[in-house]
Amino acid sequence: MENTKKSIGQELAQLLKDNIKSYMMYIALVVIMLVFQIWSGGMFFKASNISNLFNQAAYVAILAIGMTLILILKHIDLSVGYVAGFGGAIAAILMASYGVNQWLAILIVLAVGFLIGLYQGTLVMRVGVPAFVTTLAGMFIFRGLLSLSLAKSGTIVISQPGFLALCNGFIPDIVKNSEFHVLTMIIGVIAVIGVVFSQLKKRRSRQKYNFEVVSGPIFVGGLVLVSAVILLVFYILAEYKGLPWSSVIVGVILAIYTFMLSKTKLGRYIYGIGGNDQAAELSGVDVKKVTQFAFISMSTLAALAGIMYTSRLSSATPTAGVAFELDAIASSYIGGTAVSGGVGKVTNAIIGTFVIMSLTNGMNLMSVDISYQYIVKGIIFIIAVAFDVRTRSK
Amino acid sequence: MDNEYILEMRNITKEFPGVKALDNVNFKVKKGEIHCLVGENGAGKSTLMKVLSGVWKYGTYTGDIVYEGEVQQFNHIADSEAKGIAIIYQELALFPELPIYENIYFGHEIMNGKTIDWNETIIQSREMLKKVRLDVDPSLPVKRLNTGNQQLVEIAKALSKNCKLIIFDEPTSSLNEDDSQNLLDIMRELRDSGITCIMISHKLREVTAIADTITVLRDGTTICSLDAETDDISEANIIKHMVGRSMDNVYPKRPEHEFGDVAFEIKNLTVEDPKTGREILHDVNLKVRKGEIVGLQGLMGAGRTECALSVFGNPYGYNIKSGSVVIDGKETFFKSPSDAIKNGLAYVTEDRKGNGLILIQDIRYNTTLANLKALSEGLVIDENKEVVVANKFKDDINIKAPSIAQKVGNLSGGNQQKVQIAKWLFVEPKVLILDEPTRGIDVGAKFEIYSLMNKMVEDGMSIIMISSELPEVLGMSDRLYVMSEGYITGELNIEDATEEKVMAMAIKGN
Repeated sequence: MENTKKSIGQELAQLLKDNIKSYMMYIALVVIMLVFQIWSGGMFFKASNISNLFNQAAYVAILAIGMTLILILKHIDLSVGYVAGFGGAIAAILMASYGVNQWLAILIVLAVGFLIGLYQGTLVMRVGVPAFVTTLAGMFIFRGLLSLSLAKSGTIVISQPGFLALCNGFIPDIVKNSEFHVLTMIIGVIAVIGVVFSQLKKRRSRQKYNFEVVSGPIFVGGLVLVSAVILLVFYILAEYKGLPWSSVIVGVILAIYTFMLSKTKLGRYIYGIGGNDQAAELSGVDVKKVTQFAFISMSTLAALAGIMYTSRLSSATPTAGVAFELDAIASSYIGGTAVSGGVGKVTNAIIGTFVIMSLTNGMNLMSVDISYQYIVKGIIFIIAVAFDVRTRSK
Repeated sequence: MDNEYILEMRNITKEFPGVKALDNVNFKVKKGEIHCLVGENGAGKSTLMKVLSGVWKYGTYTGDIVYEGEVQQFNHIADSEAKGIAIIYQELALFPELPIYENIYFGHEIMNGKTIDWNETIIQSREMLKKVRLDVDPSLPVKRLNTGNQQLVEIAKALSKNCKLIIFDEPTSSLNEDDSQNLLDIMRELRDSGITCIMISHKLREVTAIADTITVLRDGTTICSLDAETDDISEANIIKHMVGRSMDNVYPKRPEHEFGDVAFEIKNLTVEDPKTGREILHDVNLKVRKGEIVGLQGLMGAGRTECALSVFGNPYGYNIKSGSVVIDGKETFFKSPSDAIKNGLAYVTEDRKGNGLILIQDIRYNTTLANLKALSEGLVIDENKEVVVANKFKDDINIKAPSIAQKVGNLSGGNQQKVQIAKWLFVEPKVLILDEPTRGIDVGAKFEIYSLMNKMVEDGMSIIMISSELPEVLGMSDRLYVMSEGYITGELNIEDATEEKVMAMAIKGN
């Protein structure tokens, strides 16, 4: 429908107006990053800090992906922080006290996460306890289990190299002893090619079916912008030590969940239940099973987040997991998940994670007291949700 | 001049987008009488009462409400309440957990300075309960009372506000025989003490027993007002006024065709509502042959939707006390909607916005939701195929929208209904239950939906059409069942069916 003659400027303005909500998080992210870049005198965009940011953000990103499903379904999971903390503690105890192989320990922790999700999902869907109550209770239970499991040993330090590499290590390079990380840059280029191809394909099929598309110059402009940002990020990483393993893990999970939500029946059903659970039920969707799945996925991802966090700190501590749920929920809402359910994207939740973690990272960089950090995050969170509610109700 | 009328509604016209719900309605109520308002579903009774009570505020309708000799401008329910008008709805508006006395005085608490005077409240409540002849302790929580007594609490509440005009909206629809009689007696006592009562009711037996005046509405207009003393208020005469309309040629003819074997059968279905413990369906038996449209007529609350939901996998968890279904000669009972769908049964709900469609999703999404299996290879949905399917349905059944990417919430009622039907056609069911398929949609879209139904049965599908609209049932069915209060009260071949016969069955209590 490109028949209406509009100048590129007009179209851009219209686009901005129609999509202000989806652009808002990008604008917020850029503003926050620039503020810290200036405030810190150029420290924020240093390669080491960006690399650091990626590692810091990994566990929140993983939680935010799982949380997005839960929020689309109009539920909530408050227990994820302490499930993560408890998971990390189990991993550490298994490795330190029982000499369990590090990879086996990780599998066991993921299995524990699975069982926790099974338990909470069953309470919510089969027994009928609201998710808020179920997971609030879970918060207490797993907080207790976390401190109980580390009561004798205190903080357990981890020395297994593979485990530590998860959230501290970088992918190896194909060129030995190079200052510049070649493989990282190659992956960056492949990512750009992938993005360009998938966007072109999408545009072509939309045109084929007569759906509305943006005009050519704007489409190309957008692609160039996105490509430039991707290349820049990978360039910065390559200049330092390369792509962190943590980003690879997040990337793989993100790809799986994006695929699941957009291309499979399960994904369709999740959006359907969130949009109108009764209509979904009457259309033959097994609402209980799908919701149960979301809770299991959430707790399993929480266990993984716990592993990542433990790896990052190189130790399991009784204070791990505090306020993780807030970061995860805030990430998802900032990323445009609807408070009223039925709408949300995991890729955008990751952008939300970067908004939250850039704040954390920047404020840490500037040695802002943790009390202020909480206040600032709380305010950003509430602005994001208020903005969502206002723009959605037209 | 001394006015014998407490209420005169003059030339009331109320329009909704695309529909004239009330067209120049005149409605006069004498002081201290029981005035019954009757008419088919959709005749405009409820709309008229909403205009009166201020739910539809002044200015959203045209015409005058003259109450106690003055023209009123109600902008809110509170305005009409302040003037002494109270409505008692079918769905009671009580707080089940609170004691009776708190319910009676909720919103107009008896104050002692800045605090509530609970002792006085309890004393006054006893008085009010005495007036409605309810002999219970006012400190009992309302949920401990049965529905009939809860209704009496509502009346006590109205009385506590010193109201002069009480409107009863289908007051006996959920009451048993004894409670209904009791309620009618109380209404007579209220009248004798000078309170005017308006009763909306489908139960003509009760209407003829209690009314001083009966006003009949049909299609948003006043048909007549009958005086119990001087006019013929036999049920037959009332029914004649309720249905008497010319049958326009709004129903497309379908070519004569033979019916096949029985495609679907409901056997001995008895169902209880777990919330109230009342039996809502009693030994229902029904069958539909291949290529046949079977009408299921009945008034609101007759149990038709409950019947459909019970056999469609019982998603709302009714207590099924007995019953089975036969589909394809196999006797079974579906455990879930997906089980029912798999076996060839589909159900188009009466409440397309409430539990039919996912409004925030687009046409494509809603069209394919119930049969994604057909579009999937392994895990992955073939989106190209999906677009083709959705576009085909959009063209075939003429869904008017710029593209299948249009959000369903933005479509008109008729087009939303078509999306619902598309969804179920894509499942290719053997038996389709359509629940009020044309409710709230315009004449043009109605015709299209009727034509679609004809095409479906020609292709060998069987249809059960639930409808409150008599002309529709008579115009579209090959055979029809009539339900009343959870019972099948009659079965008619279309050649034998007349509006009067069907209406008589529909209002036949047990």
